[in-house]
Amino acid sequence: MSDIETFYEVMRRQGITRRSFLKFCSLTAAALGLGPTFAPQIANAMETKPRTPVLWLHGLECTCCSESFIRSAHPLVKDVVLSMISLDYDDTLMASAGHHAEAILEETMEKYKGEYILAVEGNPPLNEDGMFCIVGGKPFLDQLKRASKNAKAVIAWGSCASWGCVQAARPNPTQAVPIHKVITDKPIIKVPGCPPIAEVMTGVITYMLTFGKLPELDRQGRPKMFYGQRIHDKCYRRPHFDAGQFVESWDDDAARKGYCLYKVGCKGPTTYNACSTVRWNEGTSFPIQAGHGCIGCSEDGFWDKGSFYNRLTDIHQFGIEQNADEIGTAVAGGVGAAIAAHAAVSAIRQATRKDEKEEQA
Amino acid sequence: MTEQVSQTLAQPGEQVRRQTAVYVYEAPLRLWHWVTVLCVITLCISGYFIGSPLPTMPGEASDHFLMGYIRFAHFAAGYVLAIAFVGRIYWAIVGNHHARELFLVPLHKKRWWQEAYHELRWYLFLEKVPKKYIGHNPLGQLAMFGIFVVGIIFMIVTGFALYGEGTGAGSWANNWFGWVIPMMGQSQDVHTWHHLGMWYIITFVMIHVYVAIREDIMSRQSLISTMVGGWRMFKDDKPD
Repeated sequence: MSDIETFYEVMRRQGITRRSFLKFCSLTAAALGLGPTFAPQIANAMETKPRTPVLWLHGLECTCCSESFIRSAHPLVKDVVLSMISLDYDDTLMASAGHHAEAILEETMEKYKGEYILAVEGNPPLNEDGMFCIVGGKPFLDQLKRASKNAKAVIAWGSCASWGCVQAARPNPTQAVPIHKVITDKPIIKVPGCPPIAEVMTGVITYMLTFGKLPELDRQGRPKMFYGQRIHDKCYRRPHFDAGQFVESWDDDAARKGYCLYKVGCKGPTTYNACSTVRWNEGTSFPIQAGHGCIGCSEDGFWDKGSFYNRLTDIHQFGIEQNADEIGTAVAGGVGAAIAAHAAVSAIRQATRKDEKEEQA
Repeated sequence: MTEQVSQTLAQPGEQVRRQTAVYVYEAPLRLWHWVTVLCVITLCISGYFIGSPLPTMPGEASDHFLMGYIRFAHFAAGYVLAIAFVGRIYWAIVGNHHARELFLVPLHKKRWWQEAYHELRWYLFLEKVPKKYIGHNPLGQLAMFGIFVVGIIFMIVTGFALYGEGTGAGSWANNWFGWVIPMMGQSQDVHTWHHLGMWYIITFVMIHVYVAIREDIMSRQSLISTMVGGWRMFKDDKPD
């Protein structure tokens, strides 16, 4: 047996039939938005390519990304991809613990220098020299820097690693930062969401392992195939939006009829994610389908954009806390009052000037 | 003939007032002005109702397309405004020198500052007699550039960035203006800034309309009729 097994060998060793393996390949091709011709290509890659090791680190986070990941809809995706990963390092999911686990991390980093993919869940706090997050007796910041040094590519799992999420929300006492502030010399693929959708996570990993390259990314480093459109663009309630049919308040008739949640603060129009197409829990539902607006959890700084239930964001600058319309009406009102006063003085001036002229004449 | 002398018929006992006229605003520029007026009105109304939609439409979704029409009006007016603005920039290059006033504020000229100071005093009722201007007065010019030109460019850029979100990756709007969204944070931030921009433009319009009417009455030259017919009329023959 060669030093590194192929994906196919790992799968067969796990008791997966060839038939199931091919089904997995077609499903993956479909999930990645590729045509049916790509299924054999994926199968071929998985049969011949040596397995790429993945290290999965955890910083400041709530493990919701891991929780989501292990609930991936297709059991094969979960079993295969997850077992391939846990072969190396994931301190939450792996069997070993303590010094033994840390030793595996060191070993993988040494053995597969420049070949392994680093997946990061959570983010590093910078304040107090990183003392707000300690892994194995050392700041997570150190572990992250060390592990990223020889990584081929880095995956930022979830909104924590991608944007900062709740621990980076105002006032951010631990000074938690997204990982791209710390890792500046590696390609980072962001998979935001709180948590990201399981199928999106496995899809991204499978793509990278299969094709040996990053999927196409958008300007913010998110894979286009899953983050190319807004929730709003593919929402099944979109016809109600276009018709002008809105839920005005919770539990009104429109809410029961399943109208658009725009007016009760749905962030679907400003959120890039695949929820309205892939959905959650084996395609069962997603927030809007359950009757609640999208809170925009895959967007940068979504905790700091005011209420989840308002359409217009509150603006916090200069100690004010008003939305654009309130500020605008106040400014326009003020200017209007100033104009009225100025006009009144002008009128008086004009009248007195006329009087003077008439007197002169 | 660029100089024209006209006499208003005087009633007995009234002064005879002479009006000298200069051709200032050429036809394309006037057309641009009024097209922009219509666009701004359409954009503000439709934009407001995109941010705060009208009450729910009863009946089946298939019977209505209200938000669709409102958004269409907004996008169409946005396109017209932007294209007209590009045309306006072109006219600043090929048109007469008054057409350039909007974009080139002569901040380096001492005389400009003196006149701006004088104009400020005039608006604060500290000067009795205003100066004569063929084009914009310095304060007007500054407001035109600082509020209108900058404001409208901001609205065009953020507007097409948001429009590009709907048309999606690969569309021209997304290719050209998509960079605005990460620059401002995220989509929600661009929405908020674009919304604030509307109030900025509304504030400009209020001041612009008020000052135009006021100066039409109180200054020594015509303003409103100039933007209709292109001729600047002077109400007296006294120098400056």
